[in-house]
This record gives sequence, C-alpha cells and structure tokens, in this order.
Amino acid sequence: MKAVECSSLKKVYGNVVAVDGISFDVEEGEVFGLLGPNGAGKTTVINVLTTLIRPTSGVARVCGYDVLTQQGSVRRVIGLVPQDLTVDDELTGMENLRLQAALYHMPKDLARKRIEEVLEQIDLNEAIHRKVSTYSGGMRKRLELAGALIHRPKVLFLDEPTLGLDVQTRTSIWTYVKRLAREEGVTVFMTTHYMDEADANCDRVAIIDRGQIKAIDSPRALKSRFGYDAIELEVVQNGIDLKELLSNVSGLKGIESYNSRVLIKAEGGEEVLPEVLGRLISSGVTVNRVEMRKPTLDEVFMSLTGRRIRDEHSSKEEVLKQRFNIRRLRA
Amino acid sequence: MIGEVSALMGRELRKLVRSPALLLMTMIQPVLWMGLYGKAFNLTGMFSIPEDLLSRLPPDSLRVVSSAFNAALTRFFGSPEVDYFSYVATGMAGVIVLFVSVFSGMSVAWDRRLGFINKLLAAPISRFSIVLSKVLASAVRAMVQSGLVVLTAIALGLRLDTAGPVAVLLGFTALALLSIALSSLIIAITLRLKNWEYHVALANLLNLPLMFTSSALYPRAIIPDWMRPITDINPLTHAIEVLRSSLLYGQSFDLMASLNHLAYLAAFSALCVVVGSYFAYGTLNAER
Repeated sequence: MKAVECSSLKKVYGNVVAVDGISFDVEEGEVFGLLGPNGAGKTTVINVLTTLIRPTSGVARVCGYDVLTQQGSVRRVIGLVPQDLTVDDELTGMENLRLQAALYHMPKDLARKRIEEVLEQIDLNEAIHRKVSTYSGGMRKRLELAGALIHRPKVLFLDEPTLGLDVQTRTSIWTYVKRLAREEGVTVFMTTHYMDEADANCDRVAIIDRGQIKAIDSPRALKSRFGYDAIELEVVQNGIDLKELLSNVSGLKGIESYNSRVLIKAEGGEEVLPEVLGRLISSGVTVNRVEMRKPTLDEVFMSLTGRRIRDEHSSKEEVLKQRFNIRRLRA
Repeated sequence: MIGEVSALMGRELRKLVRSPALLLMTMIQPVLWMGLYGKAFNLTGMFSIPEDLLSRLPPDSLRVVSSAFNAALTRFFGSPEVDYFSYVATGMAGVIVLFVSVFSGMSVAWDRRLGFINKLLAAPISRFSIVLSKVLASAVRAMVQSGLVVLTAIALGLRLDTAGPVAVLLGFTALALLSIALSSLIIAITLRLKNWEYHVALANLLNLPLMFTSSALYPRAIIPDWMRPITDINPLTHAIEVLRSSLLYGQSFDLMASLNHLAYLAAFSALCVVVGSYFAYGTLNAER
C-alpha cells in the first residue's frame, strides 16, 4: 500500500489556483520532500492530505483512506507538525504531551509509556517539566515532533520543519527526524524551501512551482538529469574571444564572462573541462584558476522553472505570521 | 467526546490558574465601576432625610415622608434596605460575565493564529469538542471572575442579605447561562473572522451598549419608556435580576420572577448554542 496517493488533485481559492491538478505517490517508509518557493502550493497540499481543507477536485488518499470520505481514519494514522509552533507556551512540555495523547484517545498508562518512549529520543530531559515559554526554538520543535509521534502515526507530515531555526538547530532537527523515521518506521512527508536540506535528507523530492509538479525523483537523479555542472575559470584573455573559441565544445551548455571570470555550464563537466582547458591554453589564454561544481537542487529548480527559488509573492498576513513565528522561535 | 472536552478544558483552566495577573486585570473595570460610581453616585442616599431636617419635622409627617421614601426605594430598587453600592456591585457581578464572555473569542483567535486549531483539526476528535471546550472554559472563567467580584464587593461593604443557598445557586446559574449563550455566539463568529482585530472591535461594540441598556447601573423602573423594551430583551438584565434578588432581597426574594428570568435565559442560551455550534461546525469542517 502507498503511504500517500494523489491524483489530479486541485485546489482553487476564488480565482487563484493553489494546486493545479497534481498526481504523485509516496512509498511507505520514505522520507519525501515537497520542494518549492513560498506560494507554490506546498502547504495547501499538506492541508489537503491532513484533512484541514477540502480539495476542489481530484483524489487524495493517505494509507489507502480517502481524505474526503474517510477523514476520521486519515486523522488516526497521521501526525502533523505544522509550520506554526503549536505547542502551548503556558503549559509544561509534559502537559503538552499528555494533552496530545488525550486527543488521540490514549488510555492513561499507554500514554505514560509512549511519552517515556518519545522522550528518550528527543533529549528534553528535566526541561520537560518546565513551561514551554522557557524553551529555545529547537526545543520547541523537538517537543512538537514528540507530540506528533505519540500515537505512532504511519505518516508524519512536517510543514517547513526548520523555518526560522539557526543552522546548528536545523541540523539537529534533521538528525531527530531521520532517526525517528528509521526507528519508528514512519513515512515522512515534508515541505521545505531549503534546497540543501531536501538534498541531504530526502529519499525523493517533488519540485512544485505555481501549483504544478515539475519533476519528481531522488535528489541525485534530479541533479544529474536537470542540473548542469558549473565550471568557473579565472583567465587573462589576451584579446581572444572566448565565446567563439569554445562555442562548439560538445556538452557545453552556456558560457558567460565577466572581465577575468568565465562561467561555463556543461553537461558531463568531467569531459568538458579538459577540452575547454586544452583549447584555452593552446590558443594563448592564461588560465589562473579552475573550479568545477556539481549541480545543486537550486540549479535543478532553475532549469525547470527558469527562476531561482526565492520568496515569491506572499500575502501580508503570511509575512507577518512568518516573522511572528521566527520571533517566537528565537525567544 | 467527554474525554476530549475534559482534556481541552484542562488546558484552558490551567492557563486560567497560571495567569492570575490577567484574572485581576479583567476585574479592574467592574471594581472601579462599583467602587467609584457605586459609592459616589449613591442614588439611594438621595432618599435619606438630613439630620437637621429630621429634628425639625413633626413626627407625623416624618412617618409619611419616610414611608413615601421607602415606597420609592422599593419601587426602584426592589427593597428599602438596598443601598446603591450593593445595587451596582451585584450589577457588576453580571457585567463581568458579559466582559469575559464577549472576550472569549480572544483565545480562539490566538489558537487560530498560533496554528493550534489546525493541530486539533488534524486530530481524530469531534469538531464539537473543540467548540464546547472553549465555551465551557469561558463560562467557568466568567463564574470565577464573578465570584471574585462579589467577594470584593463584600469586602467593600456590600450589604449581603441572601435568600438562602438555593436562591444564590439560581443566581449563579443565571450567570452561567448568560455566559454560555454569549460565548457560543462570539466563538462561532470569531472562528469565521480572518483577522483578530475585528474580534476586539466586535467585543467593544457589544460591551458598553449591553451594559448600559441593562439594569446593571440603574433600576428598570427609572429607565425611559423607549429604552425599556431593549432592557427587557437584554439577557444581561435577566441574569442580573436573579443574582441581585438572591443576594440582596432576603425574604422578599421572588422565586416566580426569578424562575421566569431563568426560563428566558435558558431559552436564549439554547438558541445561541444551537446557532453557534451550527456555524462553528460549518466553519471548522467545511470548504475552508
């Protein structure tokens, strides 16, 4: 059985198409990332899959349950860590977890046992008995994760799990997510606009832009399919037109030069680089420095959409909300 | 569902107990009203005869004047023994229920803004539990605050003359019904509002008109004719009347009248709960 299935899923708000007929599957046990800029429709997809909003058309199933007709069953098998911080500041960490357990109708002794189990994994120690308002951003996120796992969900949804956290905390959150996914055997479905995180942590990613899925595969396969290797040279041109000189190198996909710096996009950089160097040197160009970079998911996104991933149009409320969240995380 | 509601109420009540400052701050307004307005304005004091006049009046006319004054006091304030401070204080015990209930939407607005509502909605619990726990928590908070207002009033000199524990219980039942009614309406509306600032505006829009058209500050008998119909449909009037007569009127407590007020409040509250949960359920479940 698939953990998540979507087919021709569409969500329209007024005259804005937030999700434009997307179809994809997520396998059981996978760490799956939905990757795209703000406003691409990522959160809408998560909201549909977690039964928070109804799709305009199309079908979505979680663990085989339809999100429209079997909401109760879907809710029982999922855990959600929303983008917002939803642990209650006024309660202690422990009280938050007990509340969470009660929401899933867990009997008291089972709840106690599960709380102990998840606590072992998130390293909150004695802080669990302090009010959440004294926690750092990373501690809150970890508590949130623990809460979402308390009822042993089959699919864990993480919406921008590391937004607003500093780099070190981001890394540690990922360590937790991956460990939990492995030890609890849950399928992780996450959204992010941090390309590097998706690259390092996801088994497969779907690149979504303006409500449509542009590509879906493992980060490695995507990079080799859509990203070009980048070759950067520092040269002294000696009056030679580099573009003309290199124009017919096979595998060369683009060339730009800024004074002494030359940027080359190439397919199969390992073969292109010796050829380029050979031509430059034999025609009298002085090469001072060479650097080659393998593609990143950023470049995959760019070659798929023609744009860099960046914060696109967001509503005022969204921006305020994001700032507000970040402030709370840093408090 | 009972487990869900009690878990969610547990959260609300913990927050209530943990922020006593908030509890006290909400009380400042009613206490100022009764302490300053109630003591200074002293409407009932106008019906007392000054000492120097007292000695100069012939005994016969003294009896006539004082019985006329007593009749007037009874007509306006329900009993010749009631002083204006006690009158306003019992009114404020009702008004704070209004204030607390009308601002009950605040906690919904925050839960929404913080995304807590979404977490609840993604959990396998009844949507009614979410609304019900908010309404009940707001009613409990209103009762606590109202009880504190009464205690403060007693400390400040309220002349307590209760009609027995049952009557007092009826008085607070009236307040609870009022709170449940107003909270369900406000919570249903707040769930719909995208912007929490509207909720503050709405709350302020309701608070003062409901207070001034009720019998919180002045007796129904001196309210002008054009306003009296409003006073009579204002649920706050009904709640205050029951509480006031149970706390102040002693033996002249009118059980039948109180039961009538309670029936009105029960009907109003049932209507609000049905309409409120219908809309709240729709908002939480439907097209969003």
